[in-house]
Amino acid sequence: MVPIEPAVRPRHLAGELGLSPDEYDRIELILGRVPSTAELGAFSVMWSEHCSYKSSRVHLRRLPTSGDQLLAGPGDNAGVVDVGGGRAVAFKIESHNHPSFVEPFQGAATGVGGIVRDILTMGARPIALLDPLRFGDPDASRTRWVVDGVVRGIGHYGNSIGVPTVGGEVAFDPCYQGNPLVNVLCVGVLPADRVQRARAEHVGDVAVLIGQRTGRDGIGGASVLASADFSSAGDDAKRPNVQVGDPFAGNTLIECCLELFDRDLVRGIQDMGAAGIVCSSAEMAAAAGLGMRIDLDDVPLREPSMQAWEILCSESQERMLALVEPQQVAAVVDICARWGVDATPIGAVTGDDRLVFERGGAVVHDAPARALADEGPVYERPMQPWTPLGSAEDVDALPPPDDLTAAALTVLTSPNIAPPTWVTEQYDSIVGAGTVQGPGSSAAVLRLPPTDGWGTLPDDRRGIAIATDGNGRWCTLDPELGARLVVAEAARNVACTGAQPVSATNCLNFGSPEQPEVMGAFAATIDGMAAACTALGTPISGGNVSFYNATDDLSVHPTPVVGVLGVLADCARAVGNTVREPGAVLYLVGAETRPGLGGSEFLWRTAGRIAGRPPEIDLDEERRLQDLLVAAADAGLLGSAHDVATGGVLTTLVETCGERFGAVIDAAPALPAHQWLFSESPSRVVVSTSPSTGASLERACAAAELSCRRVGTATAERLLRWGDTLQLDLVAVRAAQRQVFSDLFDQNEPADATAASQH
Amino acid sequence: MRIGVLVFPGTCDDRDAAQAVAAIGHTPVRLWHATSDLHGVDAVVLPGGFSYGDYLRAGAIARFAPAVRGVVGFAERGGPVLGICNGFQVLCEAGMLPGALTRNARLRFVHRVQHLRLEAPTDRGRVVQIPVKHGEGRYVHPAPHDLDAAGQVFARYCGPDGSTGSEVNPNGSVDNIAGVTNAAGNVIGLMPHPEHAVDPLLGSTDGRLVLTRAFGAAVAP
Repeated sequence: MVPIEPAVRPRHLAGELGLSPDEYDRIELILGRVPSTAELGAFSVMWSEHCSYKSSRVHLRRLPTSGDQLLAGPGDNAGVVDVGGGRAVAFKIESHNHPSFVEPFQGAATGVGGIVRDILTMGARPIALLDPLRFGDPDASRTRWVVDGVVRGIGHYGNSIGVPTVGGEVAFDPCYQGNPLVNVLCVGVLPADRVQRARAEHVGDVAVLIGQRTGRDGIGGASVLASADFSSAGDDAKRPNVQVGDPFAGNTLIECCLELFDRDLVRGIQDMGAAGIVCSSAEMAAAAGLGMRIDLDDVPLREPSMQAWEILCSESQERMLALVEPQQVAAVVDICARWGVDATPIGAVTGDDRLVFERGGAVVHDAPARALADEGPVYERPMQPWTPLGSAEDVDALPPPDDLTAAALTVLTSPNIAPPTWVTEQYDSIVGAGTVQGPGSSAAVLRLPPTDGWGTLPDDRRGIAIATDGNGRWCTLDPELGARLVVAEAARNVACTGAQPVSATNCLNFGSPEQPEVMGAFAATIDGMAAACTALGTPISGGNVSFYNATDDLSVHPTPVVGVLGVLADCARAVGNTVREPGAVLYLVGAETRPGLGGSEFLWRTAGRIAGRPPEIDLDEERRLQDLLVAAADAGLLGSAHDVATGGVLTTLVETCGERFGAVIDAAPALPAHQWLFSESPSRVVVSTSPSTGASLERACAAAELSCRRVGTATAERLLRWGDTLQLDLVAVRAAQRQVFSDLFDQNEPADATAASQH
Repeated sequence: MRIGVLVFPGTCDDRDAAQAVAAIGHTPVRLWHATSDLHGVDAVVLPGGFSYGDYLRAGAIARFAPAVRGVVGFAERGGPVLGICNGFQVLCEAGMLPGALTRNARLRFVHRVQHLRLEAPTDRGRVVQIPVKHGEGRYVHPAPHDLDAAGQVFARYCGPDGSTGSEVNPNGSVDNIAGVTNAAGNVIGLMPHPEHAVDPLLGSTDGRLVLTRAFGAAVAP
């Protein structure tokens, strides 16, 4: 047999591909020879930070990851939770930060495509997307370009594949100027007994490549883009590393794969995301301790001149690798053809542990699958405490604002507070006929689709609630405490709908792991998240780490973003976040309001800085509050429930009044008025209840040792009146809030274009 | 009634349309783009989505599908046909409805709950609430008044009180036109999505009326 041709100047090439000298030595040791070009390409992507989690792995082990209802967890393509009634829900959050800065439209679009295929790979029909987005200074022209591209990209892909975009966040902070955070969470539903596995369990099974042809797009996306810092100059040169998405191909791939699953034709399947063919084949083979032999000449190419390493590492979108029993291959090819999807046998599972690729009749890659997928380097990176400027300042001791009304309007018209209707109107949030509560609600609420397919009505009203939350300001001031607060907030948002939180997914957005302070913040974040997830009964079922969110050594805030999933037995009983009738009584329920202006929106908008300590949280009290919300919703005590978060009680009250009502506030807090209105101290929810059920609610709170303070009454008149302290015309406030995004991002459009947004 | 729901590769709202058909007491029948056989259905829905990716122009490829040939014959025989969103675009491209649908005036996808004023004689002036969601929904026609005179305007975008100013027009459609019919009245195209307004759990149920009218629009050939 012809020996494998070694790479020319292998050490130099390894360096260019992002491998360290030590890592190169290890590859030589594993292979017992000089690696080929294809092997170096394969190891560089498989051992990249993005694919191997080499800097985060030692810390991620501290997260709670087991629960009674978890059918699949970290290590699988997505977490899967048994939600009862024979159904399960797959969900996971991922980042597409780096591509979205280089090319916002395609970066965001392919981010959606990627997470949707992760969910599909578990055997689930994707039913919802949520997009937590973080951008730089909203007044900067680059931000306008990034926002516009990202929102269009998400809409372009999400709308066209028929999966509704039902929630997420939009936040702005200058630290994201050179590194926007584009995270995307997908939820899918599947029969609980049909979870698909990304494992090669049967020697002789045929590897069938399903989907798009392989091209040169996205080569090195995992290693070059997602695993290195940016510099302010020359990033345009990275643009060819961004994949290009085709939502039509994504749509047909979904329908085609679901039909293959329904007919039980697939014995293992893996999507091709980062690192393409090499990653999907190595992971499936390694999972079962087997090997695979693939002939790259059989891979349908867009450009026939592609080299072996390019084919291996291409991140061309809308592709899956399925393992199929030999006698079923024809049936698989048939079904794919009916959907207009290419399906090509390219190799087979072998009994040894080698991953072998051939090109032009010669072996170009021969390495143990395990070495690529599981035996990458694991680093215990040096750590130092993350110590931001300003965290020692006592901002709660600052004098109150001279003009409370002006301060209130300043906060309410912040782009972090104003409802991002401008964004969500560009998304289809209702396709699939399951969106009970969509954008603008505490948590998205979805009725699960019928199990027996097309043209049938839903079996029952079982549903799920899902919310995402992050707070970079809290997390930069104190990463450990910030992580606790973020998990608690996401779970609280789910509980506000009456759903029981059951599991969480995390997207950990950080700077360079090679900076000891960043690793210090990362470790602290994991500790805080572990504590909160344990206390609140929401184990982490999957997620994603995104390092190197830094430009010219300037890191983003440590920004963990958490998605929490909850289960509802009857989503017709889901609680909304706006008052339903005038005369409803408003209560502030949960923890007592404490000073909490550290890292607050109030401080940012009125003083222009991030300082102070985030408010403390008592996780036991938080758990009691969430249990109370679920029980009170079940007992029919809640007209509405809305958590107090960024912007404080004032923002919550304005949103609770919604588009139809106002409120008379009669609170008499012990705190100064501005603290009561703007404090972001946690574990608090504004609920409304009818006058006849107020006493029951008060008793339930007393039994749970929770505060329950009456704060006012809803009115038909759209004013928010708090004695002589504050009076706001809510019609005017809403109009001003609606202007915020269009003023920032519609500047080049005709003047009459925004007038149409009255409904 | 047995109501056919036509599925192209890239169609997104076929499940929703089929569920809506079932919700108002009819039987949905899945029709596949690659055959002109309509399986003897009593009415046909062309649902929303992005048929064949809509890469050339919305509906421009789908009009050549074998199934659309079948639908043309069905409509000529007087059968009721409803095109929703992408389905409306396909029917215009196929020449079964007057006018055309172009990119929204703001050049952005728009999704919102929208008031519509029904203009057909049976329900004239009735205001309903039905969601819109589309990127290419700006209806254009060289002589919209002729359409009005011929009774071919099915619905208009309006405010809660039925007023039809430009401020309540989500996409810049001429004369706020949201839906039209062919001259005979049995082929209806509508940009808003009545199939997304049938279940009280999900919001408005005004779509039931619109679907019922459309399925009952059979005429003598």
